[in-house]
Amino acid sequence: MMNDMMTHFDLLQPADLDSALDLLSRHGADAWPLAGGYDSFDWFKNRGKQPAVVIDLEGIAELRGVSELEGGDGPGGADGIEIGAMTTLAAVEADPLIRSRYALLADAAAQVASPQIRNAGTIGGNVCQDTRCWYYRYGMTCYRAGGNTCYAGATGAMNREHAIFGADRCVAVTPSDVAPALVALDAGMVVRSARREKIVPAAEFFMPPGIDITRMTVLGERDLLTAIRIPDRWAGADFRFEKVADRKTWDFALVSVAAAVRTSGSGNGRGVIEDARIVAGAVQCIPRRLTAVEDLVRGRPRDEATADMAGELAVRGADPLDYNHFKIPLLRNLVKRAVRGA
Amino acid sequence: MNEGPPLPGRGNVSRRSFIKSVIATGASVSAMSWFSAPTAGRPQPAARGAVGRLVSLEVNGRTRRVDVLPQETLAMTLRYKLGLTGTKLGCDRAECGACTVMIDGVAHYSCSTLTHRVRGREVTTVEGLEGPGGELHPVQRAFIDELGPQCGFCTPGQVMAAAALLRANPDPTRDEARRAMSGNLCRCGAYDHYLNGVMRAARTGSTATPEVSHA
Repeated sequence: MMNDMMTHFDLLQPADLDSALDLLSRHGADAWPLAGGYDSFDWFKNRGKQPAVVIDLEGIAELRGVSELEGGDGPGGADGIEIGAMTTLAAVEADPLIRSRYALLADAAAQVASPQIRNAGTIGGNVCQDTRCWYYRYGMTCYRAGGNTCYAGATGAMNREHAIFGADRCVAVTPSDVAPALVALDAGMVVRSARREKIVPAAEFFMPPGIDITRMTVLGERDLLTAIRIPDRWAGADFRFEKVADRKTWDFALVSVAAAVRTSGSGNGRGVIEDARIVAGAVQCIPRRLTAVEDLVRGRPRDEATADMAGELAVRGADPLDYNHFKIPLLRNLVKRAVRGA
Repeated sequence: MNEGPPLPGRGNVSRRSFIKSVIATGASVSAMSWFSAPTAGRPQPAARGAVGRLVSLEVNGRTRRVDVLPQETLAMTLRYKLGLTGTKLGCDRAECGACTVMIDGVAHYSCSTLTHRVRGREVTTVEGLEGPGGELHPVQRAFIDELGPQCGFCTPGQVMAAAALLRANPDPTRDEARRAMSGNLCRCGAYDHYLNGVMRAARTGSTATPEVSHA
């Protein structure tokens, strides 16, 4: 068991955000920002990553908590809420403001890992975590690790959990349950470094392998995700988050679907679909926004026929590997249920 | 719980206290080696916010001074520095729940918590649930009554997860309890027994003493 002792690092525990950003800019690639730690310690214990300096963000009070944005502070000038990146998933799940207006996010947070992990794991850490492809996590020198091959995509490889869309050398998938919900809610990710602050739309926050195969998000070495802003555009919409995994606890999604739907007309929330945002997790390296499906369902009645079409359209173009064909019907049915609303 | 039969040839020293004394000796020896090792004279990292090595921890209502490495997990500190071996290490990867402890009354995996993160916070291990007269916590009593522990390895973690649940929600539904206990594996598969135990403890806890004595 003592083999599992992590190798030495200098642990820095800055008390405020400016100090943390300063430390990050000073140490650059040697530094590792630590949120809840559940992704980080896996890497450290397995010797996959051995940073010289770990910057613990837990003591920074301004990175925690949920607050209301007023007067057009939200992304795109909208009102909404801001969630500190170090807010725990348990706090997100329980927050009354999130529960009442953005239940999609609360539902997604509630399905992450296990209760103990949600008590420490943070929303920022959850969206910034690395992919779980086990060839990569095992330390193989694949494309993502700077090598020149993909082990998971090879014939006969163990790729049951991998991508059915958008593979570009790397076939790993986004592991986050929260990420599809944030893309569906059109969230803005507040990215800060010592020099600048910018707000990146959630849909552009995640990095496709075709652009930079070595990272999962747009965050550079000296950047921190400090907060997530959710505009009120989708507040109180009809939400649905469904995650299918091998086990109900701990496991990462095989497929997840986050949907926000607005309908008009009567008939117990049925009626005509005015607008929808539908995003799938664990089918591609980044959360996959199903824009074609959204375009299809807009203006159509929320019924079985629309749902059938949506499900079929959602899986069009899927390119499965040897062992993940099952994700196609899984995605088709989850999208169908999200559009049908039951 | 029963301390077990004395080891042969060791008089009245129980197996548990014998193991603990070995750990205590080992801890002081390893602490000594820190002072004599060539690195001992190395200055503390000068960077802002860098952690010191000697820290005070609040564990089970007592203040414990302990020498903690920057990368040390709470499970390591509890077991190998403080001799609190009630906390078990199963996977050391946050995938089994055996190492569950309470930090400020909330369940956490101690294998995946840096000890330096719990400075100034209240850590409670299974040893800390003991009442003033040595009596069992209502959850422990209920687990025995419902035949929860079989091999017993996951039990301290199950106890802590259940105690943390009842602290936050003294009257959980069975589904709430199931969900709260879902971060703890049991290889013997005694899940329903533990769940029955949680529900029994919730029923009996009101007439007994559900609160942690020092919390």
